Amino acid sequence: MHGFANPARFLRLARWMTPLLLVSGLVLVSGALAWGLFYAPADRLMGETVRILYIHVPSAWLGMGGWTTIAIASLVELVWRHPLATIAARAAAVPGAVFTFICLATGSIWGRPTWGTWWVWDGRLTSMLVLLFLYFAYLALANAAQKDGIGAGSRVTAIFGLVGAINVPIINRSVIWWNSLHQPASITMGKSAIDPAFLWPLLICALGFSLLFGGVVLARMRAILANFQAEARLRRRAMASEAMASVEGATV
Amino acid sequence: MSTALKPKHQRLVLVILALVVLIGAALLAIWGLRGQASYFYVPSDIASDPPEPGRAVRLGGMVQEGSIQTLADGVTVSFVVGDGEATVPVRYTGITPDLFVEGSGVVADGRLAADGTFVADSLLAKHDENYMPRELEDMSEAQAKAVVAETTAK
Repeated sequence: MHGFANPARFLRLARWMTPLLLVSGLVLVSGALAWGLFYAPADRLMGETVRILYIHVPSAWLGMGGWTTIAIASLVELVWRHPLATIAARAAAVPGAVFTFICLATGSIWGRPTWGTWWVWDGRLTSMLVLLFLYFAYLALANAAQKDGIGAGSRVTAIFGLVGAINVPIINRSVIWWNSLHQPASITMGKSAIDPAFLWPLLICALGFSLLFGGVVLARMRAILANFQAEARLRRRAMASEAMASVEGATV
Repeated sequence: MSTALKPKHQRLVLVILALVVLIGAALLAIWGLRGQASYFYVPSDIASDPPEPGRAVRLGGMVQEGSIQTLADGVTVSFVVGDGEATVPVRYTGITPDLFVEGSGVVADGRLAADGTFVADSLLAKHDENYMPRELEDMSEAQAKAVVAETTAK
């Protein structure tokens, strides 16, 4: 496991993994979306509006998956002090927040024709909105911690990432614990209440979006590492020129 | 100290303890919220503990088969909402959502009238977790018809 702690080895791996994930994700998503939007049948009750499923459901999964990534990476950072874990947690926050926002927006658009309302404060919708706000707080905290490098401030961010994970099972169980307008899960362990005609494009879409998510996380990790290197180089150069100046000052 | 834990393991134990406490606190909070965080009352809640007439409540349940009736004014519907244990008669004036059909879920905002009827101000349709193509449903109906045609006397 510590083999992957080496940023040089990670960068070698990420260099070819990033375009591979992004391209295969794009191909799968566009294929599955074309299938879902143009070829898959309409629902018996909801009609054509069911097609928003192919974006809404993968976004919801990845919104929660993003925070799960943050939580696992935060745990690794706190216990094993793994520098790449810190970077992975930072890198997952923005794509996770974007998918959570897409989930809320498409859900709202879907709710108007099917339920008759854009928004209600039931358990599922409220806990998902809380997840979006947790992402905002995490990003603000990470931004503030970045100012003093990977250190104490970073640890505070990791603790927040771990504590915030408590919301993920709450989102998942919200439709079971409390009466809600949102229906219970259609896909549970080994069972699906979704007809295969909708399920296949949905699963391929989810796989494609997950690959895209992975590609974006890797690209962001590379960017964060490159930033660190550039900063370190600038610092070295500044110190070198300062030393030069003091040497010159002494000789004059 | 030879029995001292490695710092790495010390941190692991600390994090696990903190997580256990956190999950305990969350479970307590959820236990405390169990009656409050529900989005609506079901008919058996109304039957066992009826809210005073005029108090705003939200009622959710299944629209009973064969219960939807349009009243003489053409815009008021009356129907019965049930949850398998109790039923509540509901009256609503206005446009109903597309998914408002018998045998499907509904959530109504409103108040209980003195005669025990629930007068709704707004109506939301609740979708279930089943997704099925329209063609497939038609197919099974067509098949049913075919079966009926085959089995009836020629």
